[in-house]
Amino acid sequence: MNSLEQYIELHDQHRQTIEANAPAVLNGLRQQARQALEGAALPRKGQEDYEATDLNAIFAPDYGVNIGRLDFDIDPAKAFHCDVPNMSTCMYYTYNDVFHRSSTARRQPGGVVVESLAEAAVSHRELLERYYGQLAKLSDPTVALNTLLAQDGVLVYVPAGVTADKPIQLVNILNSSRPMMAVRRVLVVLERDAHARLLVCDHTQSTGVEALTSQVIEVFADENATFDYYDMEESGPLTRRVSSIYVMQKAGSNVLVDGITLTNGITRNDYHVVVDGEHAETQLLGMTIASGKQHVDTHTFVDHRAPRCHSNEMFKYVLGDQAVGAFAGKILVQPQCPRVEAYQGNRNICSSDKAKMYTKPQLEIYTDDVKCSHGTTIGQLDDEALFYMRTRGIGLEQARNLLMQAFMADVIDAVRLDTLRDRLRYLVEKRFNGTLANCGACAAACR
Amino acid sequence: MLTIKDLHASVEGKEILKGVNLTVRPGEVHAIMGPNGSGKSTLSSVLTGHPAFTVTGGEVEFYGKDLLALSPEDRAHEGLFLSFQYPVEIPGVSMVNFMRAAVNEKRRYHGLEPLSASDFLKLMREKRAVVQLDNKLASRAVNEGFSGGEKKRNEIFQMAMLEPRLSILDETDSGLDIDALRIVASGVNQLKSKDNATIVITHYQRLLDYIKPDFVHILYKGRIVMSAGPELALELEEKGYDWIKEMHNS
Repeated sequence: MNSLEQYIELHDQHRQTIEANAPAVLNGLRQQARQALEGAALPRKGQEDYEATDLNAIFAPDYGVNIGRLDFDIDPAKAFHCDVPNMSTCMYYTYNDVFHRSSTARRQPGGVVVESLAEAAVSHRELLERYYGQLAKLSDPTVALNTLLAQDGVLVYVPAGVTADKPIQLVNILNSSRPMMAVRRVLVVLERDAHARLLVCDHTQSTGVEALTSQVIEVFADENATFDYYDMEESGPLTRRVSSIYVMQKAGSNVLVDGITLTNGITRNDYHVVVDGEHAETQLLGMTIASGKQHVDTHTFVDHRAPRCHSNEMFKYVLGDQAVGAFAGKILVQPQCPRVEAYQGNRNICSSDKAKMYTKPQLEIYTDDVKCSHGTTIGQLDDEALFYMRTRGIGLEQARNLLMQAFMADVIDAVRLDTLRDRLRYLVEKRFNGTLANCGACAAACR
Repeated sequence: MLTIKDLHASVEGKEILKGVNLTVRPGEVHAIMGPNGSGKSTLSSVLTGHPAFTVTGGEVEFYGKDLLALSPEDRAHEGLFLSFQYPVEIPGVSMVNFMRAAVNEKRRYHGLEPLSASDFLKLMREKRAVVQLDNKLASRAVNEGFSGGEKKRNEIFQMAMLEPRLSILDETDSGLDIDALRIVASGVNQLKSKDNATIVITHYQRLLDYIKPDFVHILYKGRIVMSAGPELALELEEKGYDWIKEMHNS
């Protein structure tokens, strides 16, 4: 069965309702997406770049979609207190896929804007028209499906020369008593010399119900802009997540994208970065800690289109129990891009006999005078180190935990937000020793 | 404190220890010497519970407990310590976290509360002085990038932190220059008391100039073939091992 059909049917039958409840700019791409889906199918397990993950099966359940844009009568800020100690952030929430009208200021000093796409369609119509859907590729059926059904999302806009002092935090909460699909778009626009940091946390509050997040994020970083994007998933075993981020970097820009999965069900994260201006720098980081039947699949594509750029990619997995991890990463250096430096690493530990890791590094280089490398390893914890620690009285469990934390140390250290880095170290420790109930002083106690 | 009776052990199906007998009492220093491949390091690995070695016979009693039935960590909690011939590097695990875990696990085993952060740091400072271990090394990852001498000093530092009842020093002198040897030996001697004991495994007399043994044993082909006082080490230094081999093989 082609899982796309039920959503195409939903769209075709309810097109008026969908469009009536969505801004014109989102509607503007809908028919293109509809055409892209004509005769398309979602990738199934075993297809190229989908060795481990059956996307068709992920979309197969009959998920409800909130096409009427019903608001939820809750205040996530009250129900959900995501606390990163000592980190002062501007907090925003989406509840399922509805941007919550919380009291947090949508306009920050210097003209920084964080608001729903529906609001932005009124206040920043030209900006949306110029950028929405320009990076995400409709040739990917999951992106086309998202574009077909998306009715709202979040805009982060930082005008030229402005620095958003406080990190922006977006908390996405899934909570439904019936199977549902949250369809989310995020658009980030940083003009020249703009600087911002965004922390996104995905949580699932409901238990026993399947939920799917379909997410497409587009990031434009203009000349000399800097942007940190930390994406942390702490969802539940019945949560599926299919997320694609598209980044466009202009000259001198510096972008860090960090994907962290601590708890989840099945997740597919796609990262596309186009490095399109000289002296741009890219940090692409990922950390997955998976146990039980968690499944985390990462696909990355770094496309170097300009000389003298630097990208560094490192994804690390620790897989226990029957967890499954996958990584497929590609670096492309286009012709006439001398002095590019591009590195890719994928390091994995399978700490149980039944955990599985699939990994596929790829380099494609069309310019001489570049420095590129990839490295991938799958291993177990070092037995000699474990024994050494045990002779000092450190029990096997704790010794394993210390080694697993040590394994993640460099990807944690690469976090450029001090308070988040400390928090992450703490969360990872809790995650490994099995005491991560939720991410801190969280009244919602999700999962 | 330690009684080894007819200990047999093998690795990958090959028998290395073929009936070792040894008794160690509090306050004693025993040296175990012997040519390469005689089973010296196997003995220390078996006593500390390395999973690669299989005990195929015999028994080991440590303060009335069946040592071989304990996990490596519980052997440590009971007061057994091994200074490794090749200390393991553990990148990403800081010395501080490593030692804190070790000290507090031992305390927990004995029903004590964990040390407070300030008491722990004070203890670190105090014990570092025993082997003149630089604070910089103590704040780095375990053994990572340490020189050979620094690694051995770090072993004795850990020994000082954990205050074992029985310490096994496996080739602690290997790879040490004379200054480092003095520091390490002085550390061991400072930690010596009438209540604890030391087994020194070594090839050479050199270390025994600094750490004076009460007994010297020669391990050959998996058995202790000769035991005597400290004069035996001097004799070995002079004559080598050949006469032992000849005597044993004839």
